[in-house]
Amino acid sequence: MTTQNLKPIDEETQIKPYTMNFGPQHPAAHGVLRLVLEMDGEVVERADPHIGLLHRGTEKLIEYKTYTQATPYFDRLDYVAPMNQEHAFALAVEKLLGITPPPRAQAIRVLFCEVTRILNHLLNITTYALDVGAITPALWGFEEREKGMEFYDRVCGARLHANYFRPGGVAMDMPAGLAEDILDWAENSVPKVIADLESLLTNNRIFKQRTVDIGVATKEEAYDWGFTGPMLRASGVAWDLRKSQPYDGYEQYDFDIPIGKTGDCYARYLVRVQEMYESLKIIKQAIENMPKGPVKVDDRKVAPPSRAEMKSSMEAMIHHFKLYTEGYHVPAGETYTAVEAPKGEFAVYLVSNGTNRPERCRIRAPGFAHLQALDFLSRGHQLADTVSIIGSMDIVFGEIDR
Amino acid sequence: MSDEQLHDLAEHIQENLEGKVMEYHLRPFKTALSEIEITANKDFINDVLRFLRDDPECHFEMLVDITALDHPARPAARFDVVYHLLSMSENNRIRVKVAVDEGEPVNSISKTYSAAGWFEREVWDMFGIPFSGNTDLRRILTDYGFEGHPLRKDFPLTGYVELRYDDELKRVVYEPVELQQDFRVFDNLSPWEGMTNVQLPGDEKAVKPKFIGKQA
Repeated sequence: MTTQNLKPIDEETQIKPYTMNFGPQHPAAHGVLRLVLEMDGEVVERADPHIGLLHRGTEKLIEYKTYTQATPYFDRLDYVAPMNQEHAFALAVEKLLGITPPPRAQAIRVLFCEVTRILNHLLNITTYALDVGAITPALWGFEEREKGMEFYDRVCGARLHANYFRPGGVAMDMPAGLAEDILDWAENSVPKVIADLESLLTNNRIFKQRTVDIGVATKEEAYDWGFTGPMLRASGVAWDLRKSQPYDGYEQYDFDIPIGKTGDCYARYLVRVQEMYESLKIIKQAIENMPKGPVKVDDRKVAPPSRAEMKSSMEAMIHHFKLYTEGYHVPAGETYTAVEAPKGEFAVYLVSNGTNRPERCRIRAPGFAHLQALDFLSRGHQLADTVSIIGSMDIVFGEIDR
Repeated sequence: MSDEQLHDLAEHIQENLEGKVMEYHLRPFKTALSEIEITANKDFINDVLRFLRDDPECHFEMLVDITALDHPARPAARFDVVYHLLSMSENNRIRVKVAVDEGEPVNSISKTYSAAGWFEREVWDMFGIPFSGNTDLRRILTDYGFEGHPLRKDFPLTGYVELRYDDELKRVVYEPVELQQDFRVFDNLSPWEGMTNVQLPGDEKAVKPKFIGKQA
């Protein structure tokens, strides 16, 4: 709704534009967003997000850590989609080292990236619905999300902070039976839940009234403001790094890129729902065609030897010791490596000076660019619409504040 | 894009932006496509980026990132401001570097790409590089009233200020950082040999043992 639709205000009821503080402790702020809103009555004239309340200096810390020690920091960026962030770092280091992980490791990575994408979208869609007033989707979605987290737990021992993708492969092979369980989940459990969520939301009148035509970004605006991921695709741009700049064998998988037509909050919701179905397709293909073999590169200067080998081989023992104290050296150089994280283009700009520690590790978070656009997206909308817009952006402060 | 195409593109950019673009590099990788990097003149950054955005052969319609690199030892210009552009129509990326000395401003590109606003704020916050023409150059990630620029190499990892809740004053108080023990960095670099066969920082310790106890 814009100002023109409101009744003219006579002098007696004239109210001055006032400034309103929103957050940082507000359930609809998705974390620690502090928003200073200049309001004219109920209409937002300017939105000024204050961020950095979760700033932990990740980039600075990584400069003081070896490459092995740096991976866990990536789980803590976007803690809703941890493995996708590790993926970017692992690919960047591999690029500088000039190594390629074995096919099985690549397939496992793809599999878990897609599991993560579903987990991420389940969280986003359901909390988004919560923001605009629907409670049930959150209850249903979180139950399903919990099942996905169990797969995380089984593959690496942690529900959230996985530290599973390592430069050169993955930390360890999948336990027996996990692939079958994931397949069962992807075939029988998730599609039902997505369908249930859709039945609750897609044609829901209230949900549509809160999202259709709210926060519209055209194609040109999306380019100009650096939108990536579902935010960009909702504006009608068929751009997905998994298709256009494939990594880790994404070119072998058959999947489509859903795009939106209208570029509003509703289109972003629809794109995310369709992306989950596409992820399911990839999961099935990854499991059915899962190659056999090692899950780490066969280079003892990068990947540690197996535990069993260490018990009998002195050489393996030395390699293990060197890798976990000094760490491996990465040849001098720099690279900008991006992956299609659930929220958009997540990239690592890694500058190496030839030692065991990065000279600089810049983290490019998609949410940072998206949140910047909140000002122009919410201008002229009502306060409640700002909440819809924040929800549709899929904001996670771990990655924005870094 | 293949190396040849990237070379052609770089030649094309250099021809059209003579004097504004100094040089270009291709950074080849064994397992991936090369990355292209151009070095631009600080004063013409807006012209360079506008050309890269609008030229039909370049068509870099999106600015994905701005960051900076700190080289404290470099005599001429301490910082590099690094712009990453993405072309979706050509499926290509480019890196633009601009050298700038401490205290020198860089022209803001927020008129060319709207996305630059916050990225420039972050570079200002983290490195202290001012951007002239950015109308909203406030700090963005650090605390209100923060002093210093944390990503500079001479900024200590522990920072200068710590805060805690004071139960008597009933508010958060700021105090100088007090470390329970000296801050130590163990680089763990082997004093005998590098793990790769090149001369590495650390190899010189084979000749002259050096005590690394405190942070420089």
